[in-house]
Amino acid sequence: MMGQVPLSWFLMLSAVLFSLGVAGFIFRRNIITMFMSIELILNAVNLTFITFAYQRQQVAGHLLAFFVMVVAAAEAAVGLAIILTIFKNRGTLNIDELNSMKN
Amino acid sequence: MDLILFLVFAAIAVVAAINVVVQRHPISSAVSLIAVMGSLAVLYLLLGAEFIAAAQVIVYAGAIMVLFVFVIMLLNAGTETRAGRSFIASLLGVPVLVALLALLAFFTARIYPRGTMVHFGGFRGGTAEAVGRALFTTYLLPFEITSILILIAIVGAIVLARKELE
Repeated sequence: MMGQVPLSWFLMLSAVLFSLGVAGFIFRRNIITMFMSIELILNAVNLTFITFAYQRQQVAGHLLAFFVMVVAAAEAAVGLAIILTIFKNRGTLNIDELNSMKN
Repeated sequence: MDLILFLVFAAIAVVAAINVVVQRHPISSAVSLIAVMGSLAVLYLLLGAEFIAAAQVIVYAGAIMVLFVFVIMLLNAGTETRAGRSFIASLLGVPVLVALLALLAFFTARIYPRGTMVHFGGFRGGTAEAVGRALFTTYLLPFEITSILILIAIVGAIVLARKELE
């Protein structure tokens, strides 16, 4: 069994990447960096799907990862358009200053 | 060989992911995120997902990150300024995240104490042919719904982008 990788290591890597994505989403104040953290979370979930596809020897996990990718592309297009609009209207990317719904 | 490949690219992915979170300038985060996606593509290849690895490089590292870099360039986004944050958040943030990671790792280690051993070539069902066959037979309806989703996203992005020109 030399040279082979335990399946759980892939899941551990996915967990680490997921936690780092959550950390970026919570700690960062720049709206673009938060958006990139969401992409990191989606990538971590994709790795889990591919790992389980290997374990089950089925292609269905690959299809799920593919759909996640498509939805991420759509989300990036709309999200970045929203960020552009926010910046045009407010002139800031810091979410702490985007608090007009607060009061 | 597989083990070395996994360790090298997992280390690159983790270091680059940490870099995404700690870098102060968005463009540095974006470049680090491209490194994460590239190393994940190698790990997908290791798991036998040829098509998804190619799509990862083309769609994620290519299209989506170019979009991000364009927006960062367009907005001339500078270094993030430190803002005041609540005392509880700064006190609890890191411990809660470590707890989340520990919980995920615990369940992974508990459910898969030994698990399957992964070696390159252990799963050959991830070719473009196999993925395409599944996509156009079993998963045809989700695929068609995806096309509608993309159409809505295109229309939405155009509407949002037109507004700023007025």
